[in-house]
Amino acid sequence: MRRIYLDNNATTPLLPEVFEAMQPYFGERFGNASSIHQHGQQTRAAVEDARESVAALLGCRASEIVFTSGGTEADNLAIAGLVGAGDHVITSSVEHHAVLLACKHMEEMGAEVTVLPVDGRSLVDPDDVRRALRRNTKLISVMMANNETGVLQPVDEIGRIAAEAGVCFHTDAVQAAGKVRIDVKRIGCDALSISGHKIHGPQGVGALCVRKGLRLQPLFYGGRHERSRRAGTENVPGIVGLGKAAQIAKEVLGRGDDKKMAAMRDRLEQGILAQIEDAAVNGDGAARVPNTTSIHFDHIDGEAMVIALDLKGVAVSTGAACSSGAIEPSHVLVAMGLRADQARASIRFSLGKQTVAEDIDIALALVPETVARLRELSPTYRKTALSS
Amino acid sequence: MQSTEQTTETIAVAMSGGVDSSTVAAMLCADGHNVIGLTMQLWNQRRLSGKEGMPESVQGRCCSLDDVYDARRVAQQIGIPYYVVNHEERFERDVIRPFVAEYVSGRTPIPCSLCNNHLKFDQLLIVAQQIGAERVATGHYARVAYDEARGRWLLKRPADASKDQTYFLFGLTQEQLSRTIFPLGDMTKPEVRELARRHGLALAEKPDSQEICFVPGGDYKRFIDAYLAEQGEGLPDTAGELVTTNGEVLGEHGGIHNFTVGQRKGLGVATGSPLYVIQISGANKQVIVGGEEHLYSRTLRARRVNLISVDDLREPMRVAVKIRHRHEPAAAVLEKTGADEILVTFEEPQRAITPGQAAVFYDGDVVVGGGWIS
Repeated sequence: MRRIYLDNNATTPLLPEVFEAMQPYFGERFGNASSIHQHGQQTRAAVEDARESVAALLGCRASEIVFTSGGTEADNLAIAGLVGAGDHVITSSVEHHAVLLACKHMEEMGAEVTVLPVDGRSLVDPDDVRRALRRNTKLISVMMANNETGVLQPVDEIGRIAAEAGVCFHTDAVQAAGKVRIDVKRIGCDALSISGHKIHGPQGVGALCVRKGLRLQPLFYGGRHERSRRAGTENVPGIVGLGKAAQIAKEVLGRGDDKKMAAMRDRLEQGILAQIEDAAVNGDGAARVPNTTSIHFDHIDGEAMVIALDLKGVAVSTGAACSSGAIEPSHVLVAMGLRADQARASIRFSLGKQTVAEDIDIALALVPETVARLRELSPTYRKTALSS
Repeated sequence: MQSTEQTTETIAVAMSGGVDSSTVAAMLCADGHNVIGLTMQLWNQRRLSGKEGMPESVQGRCCSLDDVYDARRVAQQIGIPYYVVNHEERFERDVIRPFVAEYVSGRTPIPCSLCNNHLKFDQLLIVAQQIGAERVATGHYARVAYDEARGRWLLKRPADASKDQTYFLFGLTQEQLSRTIFPLGDMTKPEVRELARRHGLALAEKPDSQEICFVPGGDYKRFIDAYLAEQGEGLPDTAGELVTTNGEVLGEHGGIHNFTVGQRKGLGVATGSPLYVIQISGANKQVIVGGEEHLYSRTLRARRVNLISVDDLREPMRVAVKIRHRHEPAAAVLEKTGADEILVTFEEPQRAITPGQAAVFYDGDVVVGGGWIS
């Protein structure tokens, strides 16, 4: 059975070039990047090269990059690092849990939190951001691209509002990096999170870009690594991998591969909508990253759909997975105003650099027959079909 | 035994993380079937933990992360695809709420039967079919067989009488039975553990679960308190009078949900001869008590009846009837008294016939059907 991977918003396969770049750092180049000797100097150089590649992808200075264990740590560092008791934070209801729950924790620690609603396309209204500002507002955290719908938030506008108000702006760009061009100066953000494994780099590494001069409370205490912003010996192979993945992502965006990916995604989306009735795109009409489409198919159970497609060799996903592996209705889709049954009937298809036209052909052959079978066996679908 | 059929088919196994269902998965896999492991996530044990006197941490209970972990490890070991499917909403609606409502109205419910009828052999069967498995196998101790002569699927008692779970399965329809496999029906529990050991399953020695899966420690009163408090409903005031069978008021009681028919302890009154709960009257909140002789009754009415071995009761039928899980079936005659009602008349009076429990009818090893005691 040919296995088709259309869950690249969950994680992406490591590019062979990235793997190759990392390999020496599992072997002969083992030095601690903080050591004085030649072993240390060698890995230090590799870490700094990677820092420059990541900075180049984001349009910031190398010294503004803090390497972390991933996107979650980057988000937590930005929020817990910038917000204290008595401060006010503005965020949105469609953020990743790494942001939402970090804000909730800060609320428990004495901060005030405003969670902004979104419209039917999952967009935050910049006017809502402006209206939510208070005298003690310290931080606005709104994501760049949503992990479930791929919808791009108006971050440039939110960045201007933050700058006018003299408030810090953090954006979680984990799902935007490598898919759309990112320029922290254009966004006007003070902090921006990315993750290695969402851009065909390794798992277990990410970065937070922090504007020069911004004081950040660290999450951990220990050595003075990462300019005292993140203690702990560097994950050198991971950082090298992230650097290589960032370099490739920048090249690929420069070549316009994002347009090719959007064309493939659109073919998948249009093909599904043409063949299956009572299906609609979540976030339709909003600007989206080129690799993602989230579609709800009325009268199906998304969970059963994911299992059925997996058994046919197609890997997709529904809402966020919880710890036991079972699926709860997505807070993002519910916040957009989808009914619980529509949220539960939603499937996310997300393409990657490795996705080829044949993958889309196979998905277009298997998805309609799977939806048909699920509906045939759905008690609610039969009821509706009989009554209409 | 169905699992030894020569043909290969795709079978979904309902895996709870216990020895029985894990062994079923290993057996069917060894027989060459395409096995898919499914665990139903039915209840979040952390939801009520620490509330209203509920234990803070719950270990090794149904739907706990530990059990899902165990089931997943077995699936990985035997090399089958494995998925957790979430049916928490449905479980709350069809099992938890009726369970609480029954207790509050003075009956003694059996959630396992509700779960089998509404979740395991309904929702799970649908998911199984949707993902390409025509049949579901579980670790229940029971047997299914097709009777050519009658043209019906039969539910039969298992080889290991001490593990017989047919009492909880009386609600299965013909369609459900036709899609169900009970591979442990011909085995005893020690044989199952031995087979688990031979398959190298690490949980071969895992203890059996006995209590109601969502009620840790078996304290259902605390569970009801905690659930109602969480729902913001509060326990309805069901305090009332404690009355003898002669109508004499002996005192007050704190709420009918604290009592069950046949109960002797905790009545809060001291009398010369031992008193038992004879009847609980939800309508006027009375708990009626009396001597043991009043506990015996010769008849009961079963409603919401499901018939298995016969399609209808056209004339009275002699059977043996079980009125609770641990009850020796007693000889009785069934008579249809309404569209969905059967009158059961026992040869000998039976002790503590309890509304809310099931009456399950047997003809030898064959389950004729069953209904809910009203």
